Amino acid sequence: MAFKGIKSLLVAALAGFLLLNSGVAKAQHEGEIKADTTATHGEKEFDITETIMDHVKDSYGWHLWGHTSVHLPVMLYTDKGLEVFSSKNLRDEHHQPVVYNGKNSYKLNHETGKIEILNADGTSNTTAKLFDFSITKNVATLLLSMLLVCIIFLSIAKAYQKRGVNSAPKGLQSFLEPIILFVRDDIAKPNIGPKYTKYMPFLLSIFFFIWLNNMLGLIPFFPGGANLSGNIAFTMVLALIVFVVVNVSANKNYWKHIFWMPGVAWPMKLFLAPIELMGVFIKPISLMIRLFANITAGHILVLALICLIFVFKAVAAAAVAVPFAVFIYCIELLVAFLQAFIFTMLTALYIGMAIEEHHHEEAHH
Amino acid sequence: MVGSIAAIGAGLAAVGAGIGIGQIGKGATEGIARQPEAANDLRSTMLIAAAFVEAVALFACVIAFLGLKLGA
Amino acid sequence: MFFLDLDPLVKPDLGLIIWMTVTFFIVMFVLGKYAWKPILKAVHTRENKIEDAITQAAKVQAEMAQLKNDNEALLTKAREERAVMLKEAKDIKDKIINEAKDQAKVEANKIITDAQAAINHQKMAALTEIKNQVGNLVIEVSEKFYAES
Repeated sequence: MAFKGIKSLLVAALAGFLLLNSGVAKAQHEGEIKADTTATHGEKEFDITETIMDHVKDSYGWHLWGHTSVHLPVMLYTDKGLEVFSSKNLRDEHHQPVVYNGKNSYKLNHETGKIEILNADGTSNTTAKLFDFSITKNVATLLLSMLLVCIIFLSIAKAYQKRGVNSAPKGLQSFLEPIILFVRDDIAKPNIGPKYTKYMPFLLSIFFFIWLNNMLGLIPFFPGGANLSGNIAFTMVLALIVFVVVNVSANKNYWKHIFWMPGVAWPMKLFLAPIELMGVFIKPISLMIRLFANITAGHILVLALICLIFVFKAVAAAAVAVPFAVFIYCIELLVAFLQAFIFTMLTALYIGMAIEEHHHEEAHH
Repeated sequence: MVGSIAAIGAGLAAVGAGIGIGQIGKGATEGIARQPEAANDLRSTMLIAAAFVEAVALFACVIAFLGLKLGA
Repeated sequence: MFFLDLDPLVKPDLGLIIWMTVTFFIVMFVLGKYAWKPILKAVHTRENKIEDAITQAAKVQAEMAQLKNDNEALLTKAREERAVMLKEAKDIKDKIINEAKDQAKVEANKIITDAQAAINHQKMAALTEIKNQVGNLVIEVSEKFYAES
């Protein structure tokens, strides 16, 4: 039973690789279609940047295969009130943006991929109030991951209650318990110190939420495929929460170290204060960019390798591109864990710095 | 023009990160050779350090990307 | 504004920010209350139990060792006592034998002395008797001699 979790993980990874390969075939098929439409519509050639950015960025629909996609609800709040419609109204059967007439006229901006309000003459109205909180692909993934993480850990909590503390963990429980203990013993305890228990729920939530989303992003087909943890809004919110938690739990000693560093001459104190103050903001910003850049770079790398086939317009290129992509994919599996770990560890480190007591400073002298 | 400069910037970042990760790998290998019993600790420390260096390179890529968009 | 000119890739989307904030707080709340707390508590309890068991085992082991030591000490003590007792017994035996010997010797000497005394006495008595008899004989002979003559 213990290896069931690992087995299913392996199956998932294998399925991922298989789909990566079938994704090649699919994309090739699409390429043919595109070539067809090139002839009829006079479209431009295969654009590698555009293809990759389309995959990496958010979108209003969730592409399944070929011409099939899941249409997600678009929710807009404008000065004419709330507006809800399906994303299938935004594009025609040739995947070209069309105008949707609701309370306003809406159209997708080709460059940003976002919805815009159109003026009466068909030009985009950039001054109109438009608050877009649609269930996009990323939001849908977010909700899915919320459900998943809740189901997984609530079932584990139940297993603990059912099985009691005397029997050994089983199944998923035995797979995740070492990781929970890893977060506690290798991340929280050494970095935060004796007061770590207060921050454990926060650190565990951050760790598993990031990890799950990194892994979901690596699945190249339907329930995954969204580049959520490589989205700057996702990492920004996490970094903001870390910023708030760190600064709210900071003690007097921490602020003293920032504004009036003890143990150095006063001109140095004046010099250090702005740098330390900047550090307060740079720390969460670096968290934000690190996660975003790592995950996005991974996606771009895999996609770029697959796109090589279409750049060279030869199936033979797959012989080189696909093994490389699989190799990068394996590294990305590691990176998915590593980045969740680093984000959590740095969070714990920052919290530890913020709540550190006076005695440590004595040790410096 | 701006695109090429941005590409050069990203390339330079890759050079720096390459040297950095190389140094980390060298240090870790030497450490493991000297103390094979500490191999597991060294390996995980190496991975973390490498991830930090890589992150710096990716920062540079993001900056290059921003420069590309703002300069164009 | 600089921020609005950013590429959509690095420009945070307001809708997603709101969804993310809401979702993360739900996850934090639900998991914090219904998952992390019981899980950490269970793990903690189990660790305490294991620790208790280990300390208990160590204690039992120490007790066993103590008991064994005690037993051994008792045994050595018993052995020592036995040796002492044996030695004592031997001493007593020797003493008794010696005493008996001494006593026997004294008795023997006494008997010998007595015997010698008795012998001397008898001898003296015999001699006296002989002397007497010799005297008597002399008298008788002299009487006879005188009578005849």
